[in-house]
Amino acid sequence: MQRRNSRWLIGAGLTVVGALTLSACSSGSGFGGDTADAGGELTSDSSQGLNILIGSSGDAETASVNAAVAAWSEESGTDAKVSVASDLNQQLAQGFAAQKPADVFYLSTDALAGYASNGSLLAYGDDLANKDDFYPSLVSSFTYDGEFYCAPKDFSTLQLLINTDLWAAAGLTDADIPTTWDELATVSKTLTTGSQVGLAIGGEYARLGAFMAQAGGSLMNEDSTEVTADSAESVAGLEYAQTLLNDGVMSYASEIGAGWGGEAFGKQLSAMTIEGNWITGAMKNDFPDVNYTVAELPAGPEGQGTLQFTNCWGIAADSPNQAAALDLVEQLTSKDAQLTFSEEFGPMPSIQSAADEWKSANPTLVPFLDGAEYAKGVPNVQGSADVVSDLNAQLESLKTGDAQAILDSVQKNLEALLK
Amino acid sequence: MSTPVRTSRRSSIRGGEAASGWLFTAPMIVLLGMFLVIPVLMALWVSFSDWNGRGSPFAASVSFVGVDNYSVLLGGGGLAEQDFGTALRNNAWYVLLVVPIQTMLALFLAVLVNRQILRGRGFFRTAFYFPSVTSSVAITVLWLFLFSSTGAVNKLLSFIGVNGPNWFNDPSGVLHNILGLFGVETGPAALTGNTFLGISFWEWLAGPSVAMSAFILMAVFTTGGTFMLLFIAALQNLSGEVVEAAMMDGANGWQRFWRVTLPQLRPTLFTVLTLGLIGAWQVFDQIYTGTQGGPGKTTLTPAYLSYQSAFTNQAWGQGAAIAFILFVIIVVFTLFQRWLLAERKVSARRMRPYLQTPRDGGSR
Repeated sequence: MQRRNSRWLIGAGLTVVGALTLSACSSGSGFGGDTADAGGELTSDSSQGLNILIGSSGDAETASVNAAVAAWSEESGTDAKVSVASDLNQQLAQGFAAQKPADVFYLSTDALAGYASNGSLLAYGDDLANKDDFYPSLVSSFTYDGEFYCAPKDFSTLQLLINTDLWAAAGLTDADIPTTWDELATVSKTLTTGSQVGLAIGGEYARLGAFMAQAGGSLMNEDSTEVTADSAESVAGLEYAQTLLNDGVMSYASEIGAGWGGEAFGKQLSAMTIEGNWITGAMKNDFPDVNYTVAELPAGPEGQGTLQFTNCWGIAADSPNQAAALDLVEQLTSKDAQLTFSEEFGPMPSIQSAADEWKSANPTLVPFLDGAEYAKGVPNVQGSADVVSDLNAQLESLKTGDAQAILDSVQKNLEALLK
Repeated sequence: MSTPVRTSRRSSIRGGEAASGWLFTAPMIVLLGMFLVIPVLMALWVSFSDWNGRGSPFAASVSFVGVDNYSVLLGGGGLAEQDFGTALRNNAWYVLLVVPIQTMLALFLAVLVNRQILRGRGFFRTAFYFPSVTSSVAITVLWLFLFSSTGAVNKLLSFIGVNGPNWFNDPSGVLHNILGLFGVETGPAALTGNTFLGISFWEWLAGPSVAMSAFILMAVFTTGGTFMLLFIAALQNLSGEVVEAAMMDGANGWQRFWRVTLPQLRPTLFTVLTLGLIGAWQVFDQIYTGTQGGPGKTTLTPAYLSYQSAFTNQAWGQGAAIAFILFVIIVVFTLFQRWLLAERKVSARRMRPYLQTPRDGGSR
């Protein structure tokens, strides 16, 4: 019995070793350990077409990107294929691990640091012809370790949306549009009735952070090198939101049975909400009968403040044809392309030279773009997504929580990332 | 002279058998090796390395970091430890509730549809088994609708005057809520002050959150049918004679079930509990398609956390380490359960009633 066991073990062991050797051999050529930096020259193997991986918001966006890429492909003579990711993070990670990533892809601010630090990304920002045209705050969102990694694709800011019918019904006029915290509290109170709450927002940092910005606070400084989460200003921002929650004039969307601020606003469960410009699509499709106007968020003790969200066009360091990829990205971030994107699926152009045309094309949405002046980015240090999701978990009970204690824990967690 | 010949002949026959044995099993061994053993060993290496997700984990630039990835999770004092503790807490409650309830439900349903007297047995068997056939993703989506704040479940509850919770958005722990009814809002300092894996004992005792409870109900609903099938098969294998003998001895239905049927189901019970434990510790799809760990991280599970650490946060080593800790947990629980259900000699105390029977009965 024992002899048989040991024989079996030897057999199994041999098989495993054999299989390991086999796999090691095959990986020797394909997945070599060379992680050469694309320092100076860009690769330009023009025999290779480009693969573009996007995380699309819907058919409109897919069609629009497809058309833009096809036009570039025709002009440049380089093949290009757009694929829509079902789970962008996972598909990117798989590609990088196999060293066969998509050449060009959407990249979010919180994923930047991870991929940049392991050398997966080409830091091509400084090679862009239109480099100086991007909003500086967007450039800093995609700057990691002092290098400008990728071109901002487009961006959004948070502003105040007001249901004009409910507004008028409460006897309010344009003159009442709040410009200070006190005024916001007052109109929220006026608009709060038995069936609706004055202001409803998503209970997360990506909304409440705007109050922190208005009080002069933030989680980290602009270039994500210093943690400022537990500053008196940040705490003041959260405590103001806490007051609104406790006075019953502001609710989290989830508390009143909506998935997000836009849904609460569209279903008229709230008269106001704080959302980004992506809400316009949802309003048009799901709640076409709701009349609304966009106003800039009221100023806090330290002036106006809002948050901005953005994605960039990443280029893989392992791409065999980086030159063509760079050319494509320049084309996709050009004024014409961005204005077409904006028209077809709604984002705001990331370049300053397109601002005037965008404003005249979207007169009702001007406050969103005006926000670019004072908007703050979200932290982009590696691991910050984790900390922010932990913060979000704590913010769900902000009503009864202690703002200082919440931000202290964020401070501790973010500082741990900088070590 | 003759002896060696016979030996060599016999060994040559045996040798041929062994060779053909290996030949026939080789394809499976190679397949299992390629797609199971090697990936598992690679993951084990990743959990001890600083691989950052680019290129091969065996490249020269990847180095061995010892138990760093494990110690960050088990005693790092940071967010990673706290998240891991939270995930374990959530999943422990899930296991604690799902495994016994689904086993009892499955057994109950099996006994029910196994009765000869029941009309339309086939229909009920299909009906109870149906949820198990449906994909877990589809059921999760269904569940999100049913348990939304204005969903069917809350409508039903409102008929009996209960104002249902906002299920998938409610991070409050069920046990804490029950204690809250008696005015207990915060625990004693001994519980709130001391922590294990980054979260306080008071938090460990929060119970499953309302959102997790919805998932617990779902797991019971879907797996109850699968295990019912196993129990039916076992019940149909039992010989009727033993039960008849028990009847003759005057055992009532309840006694027959507890003292005669159930002990005979022990092997099936072991299978069901083992499969249940493994499945419950590995809960992933529901979380991935449903809540992604929210609200307030109360539906975060180790399996989902492992995925998230690796793919979203690029902490591949930590992700792999979580997977192996989970593996150890599952093995330990299975061994413990096996020990618990092992056949033992009947203790003297339990034997007593049987020994007393002849004296008391007097019929013999």
